[in-house]
Amino acid sequence: MSSNGHSSSSLPSMIKRSLIATVIAFLLFLPTLGIKTAASGGVDGLFLIYRWALLGAGCGLIFVARMAYELFWAPKDGEQKPIKAPSALARALGSSKVAKTVGPALLVFAIVFPFLPFSDRYILDLGILIITYVMLGWGLQIVVGLAGLLDLGYVAFYAVGAYSYALLSIHFGFGFWMCLPLAGLLAATWGIILGFPVLRLRGDYLAIVTLAFGEIIRVVLLNWRSFTGGSNGLSDIPRPSFFGIPFNQSEHGFAATFGLEYSSMQRIIFLYFLILALAVFTFFVTARLRRLPIGRAWEALREDEIACRSLGVNTVNTKLSAFAIGAMFGGFAGSFFAAKQAFVSPESFNFMESATILAIVVLGGMSSQLGVVFSAIVMVGGVELLRQLQFLKSVFGNDFDPSQLRLLLFGLAMVLMMLWRPRGLVSTRMPTVFLKDKKTVSASMISQGRG
Amino acid sequence: MNYFIQQFINGLTLGSIYGLIAIGYTMVYGIIGMINFAHGDVFMVGAFVSLITVIIFGITGTSSIALGIGALILVAAISMVIAGVYGWTIERLAYRPLRGSFRLAPLITAIGVSIFLQNFVQATQGARVKPLNAIISGGFTILEGNDFVVRITYMQILIVILTVVLMSGFTYLISKTSLGRAQRACEQDMKMAMLLGIDVNTTISTTFVIGAALASVAGLMYLLYYGVIDFYIGFSAGIKAFTAAVLGGVGSLPGAMLGGMVIGLIEVFFAAYFSSEYKDVAAFSMLIVVLIFMPQGLLGRPEIEKV
Amino acid sequence: MSQPLLSVNQLTMRFGGLTAVDAVSFDVYRNHITAVIGPNGAGKTTAFNCITGFYKPTSGDIVLRHKDDTEFKLQEMEDFRISQTAKVARTFQNIRLFGGMTVLENLMIAQHNHLMKASAYTIGGIFNTPSYQRAQEAAKKKALSWMDRVGITDRADDPAASLPYGAQRKLEIARAMCTDPVLLCLDEPAAGLNPKESEELNALLRSIRDHDDVGILLIEHDMSVVMEISDHIIVLDYGRKISDGNATEVRNDPAVIKAYLGVVEE
Repeated sequence: MSSNGHSSSSLPSMIKRSLIATVIAFLLFLPTLGIKTAASGGVDGLFLIYRWALLGAGCGLIFVARMAYELFWAPKDGEQKPIKAPSALARALGSSKVAKTVGPALLVFAIVFPFLPFSDRYILDLGILIITYVMLGWGLQIVVGLAGLLDLGYVAFYAVGAYSYALLSIHFGFGFWMCLPLAGLLAATWGIILGFPVLRLRGDYLAIVTLAFGEIIRVVLLNWRSFTGGSNGLSDIPRPSFFGIPFNQSEHGFAATFGLEYSSMQRIIFLYFLILALAVFTFFVTARLRRLPIGRAWEALREDEIACRSLGVNTVNTKLSAFAIGAMFGGFAGSFFAAKQAFVSPESFNFMESATILAIVVLGGMSSQLGVVFSAIVMVGGVELLRQLQFLKSVFGNDFDPSQLRLLLFGLAMVLMMLWRPRGLVSTRMPTVFLKDKKTVSASMISQGRG
Repeated sequence: MNYFIQQFINGLTLGSIYGLIAIGYTMVYGIIGMINFAHGDVFMVGAFVSLITVIIFGITGTSSIALGIGALILVAAISMVIAGVYGWTIERLAYRPLRGSFRLAPLITAIGVSIFLQNFVQATQGARVKPLNAIISGGFTILEGNDFVVRITYMQILIVILTVVLMSGFTYLISKTSLGRAQRACEQDMKMAMLLGIDVNTTISTTFVIGAALASVAGLMYLLYYGVIDFYIGFSAGIKAFTAAVLGGVGSLPGAMLGGMVIGLIEVFFAAYFSSEYKDVAAFSMLIVVLIFMPQGLLGRPEIEKV
Repeated sequence: MSQPLLSVNQLTMRFGGLTAVDAVSFDVYRNHITAVIGPNGAGKTTAFNCITGFYKPTSGDIVLRHKDDTEFKLQEMEDFRISQTAKVARTFQNIRLFGGMTVLENLMIAQHNHLMKASAYTIGGIFNTPSYQRAQEAAKKKALSWMDRVGITDRADDPAASLPYGAQRKLEIARAMCTDPVLLCLDEPAAGLNPKESEELNALLRSIRDHDDVGILLIEHDMSVVMEISDHIIVLDYGRKISDGNATEVRNDPAVIKAYLGVVEE
């Protein structure tokens, strides 16, 4: 039944294959869409709700989808699937000329963003969220994209940064600018601590161990109540001020000092520019690091670790520095998060976050900083958009909550993304030093690292 | 001492469940070198399917023993079939197209499938935990002491026996039949296996189906033993079972079982003697310790990298 | 003759029950090309990997001597230290270039340790200090000079994986030389080269021997290369050294003939 390139393209066989797909879908949907367990509230336990209409709709959808695939996309008799060349968009995004114009244009847009007419509290929060993920993406890009080290526990550094900020500001009264470097330092230290045990691990093993680390940190945060507040987290974190001037309605507040009418938006706009500044800082530092020997060593490590060692490169230090610097930026972002929310709890630092940040880096294209920006906009913004799809309530009934679908569609998007563009939107690489011309290196030549 | 023995029994029972899930991980990693991230969630789906089937058949604790066991076997069979279809579909749709492509892609896809499955079940079945009244209850006392009474429940006996039976059956299947030979050939050298006429695609698909089926039996056991399931059990059970697979030696079926037992025992003893809140930390730390000090596991072979 | 650059004494490597290298001893001299030859499975690559630190020998010692008489016990050193401190460079049988990086980038990475120091371990580099800029320019110049010497300057900005096979081999050698080694170890440098390319390789190796004040140690199967350029040949068979001398001596050594061709049945 598997398609081994010899499937015929006659209509009856198309229908037959679509029917088989439908039968499979029936088996998959029966215990999920078709039959639902519900609590009766009594001692008899659960009872079953049969949703035949939903099941039928699901199967019908699969049948139609498969037929459409057979009619329009599937390679015909004997036809080979053509090898996809990178699309014009991908090539454009990867070229340095385009990057030189699009990059600054995006920055200008980002600067004026809070003052645009449609930027209300909700939109501004979304902007802050996206920029935070861009910054996290750039941080993780050092570890995964440049050095080729699969880190599935990056959220741990985000958490260290956030909790460090919270604890330092609550217990010692340090201000934001004091806490920020300390949080980064602590996160970098944890990056080294994580890096040491995993030095000899490669590929999937490295990934799962970093995932385990992330989970360990989350469980510790959850249970070490005396230090971290446990599941209640830490609240009443001092809110950031405009270099000492608080954002409140008092005479000494920001509004009064600058002769403006008080608005709660002022603090939000400040936070927005704060994260924007942090992100721009991250961008410039990471872009610079790439051109330095350390950045080249990271990329060489990804390409071939043994060759690196044969050239006298201390790969232990190279790996640890990648973990540490990547972690540091995660720590900075975490500080910002704690300052913005004024509250931290372990729930914000779970595996889903690590997976999201990793997905942003992979979708953006491992080497492209601009790619990370686009993929963060698509993933974070796109998923938020789903919350707005209230019209689906009319299809599925009033107790259907589209935000439940958020993660579902996120998972589906990850799969589809990999099937469509396994190397990300911008899969090419820009050399960091050149004699005459800066030529883009195409994706097929770039190694993805074995750990 | 009695307390220790009781925990030992409990640990073996939990370990059996982990072992059955671990087999799926170890077989898939052995044959295509990828961690099937979504495998733990197939275990979870198996548990849900079992739950629904049990309710449909109306099996309760008051049924007669023979009828009950017979019905449960039927439940296991149905659950294995549906989980097998899930396993097959996941491999076919999400992994096969990416075989041989960019190395990171199958990992991301697998994570995506895992997230999708968890939330698919949550969305269709509701986010609340699902309880089930005990079906097989009772047991007998084996040791009585002043401080502690050691009991083995019938459920525990059933789990261990069923696990041993399934393990032996599949070990026989793997070592004696042509499927097993095909699997081992693919593990060693896939291109060569293809050139020799082995249907690699079918071998891989069958591996996924078998792994999924065993995981679904583990799901049924989990449901009956703990009496409550939710859509999230796949995540932590998955990591622990993967740890078990690595501990036992990737690619080795007896190793997966052995690793499962060890992890189950570690988790139960840690919870009993130290802290039950941090028991997951103990299991995850085991993973780190094993991969650093003994990456080939207890029953595996060390790999030498050719320069 | 002066003191040997590299002295291998009773080198033994055992893998479980298999003895791959059995008490092999030989010397390598500066400004000489020394070739290690032997039938397949003779233990050449194993010995090589012991010298360059990728395996730890079971017993025996490997001593490298610098001009100032500093000695390095290679059997105790980590692989990257052997390159970094003892200044032994190597190439690989299966060419290990950084494929996704350009020719120039490959040559710059070879100078990593020097550049790291010059960048004050990255801090100076971030601020683009004048001393770092000077070091970077000097490194580029050195890379350029090697590119010219092996003839791949026109491909400087192309990814290494896009080069033809012969050019890749040359790049690997140039990259090894950019680490300023005293001993250059080459693992089957002529493998896969056509006769013209082998000629170019011979010329390159002779030039390195004559001008760069290094010793060259190579493993090779291609006799046209070995006999043409080697000053000194060592023959291994089944892990043991069976001959040691110049090209003429070795070519006529009955033990060598027997190892390669077997004894003629009467």
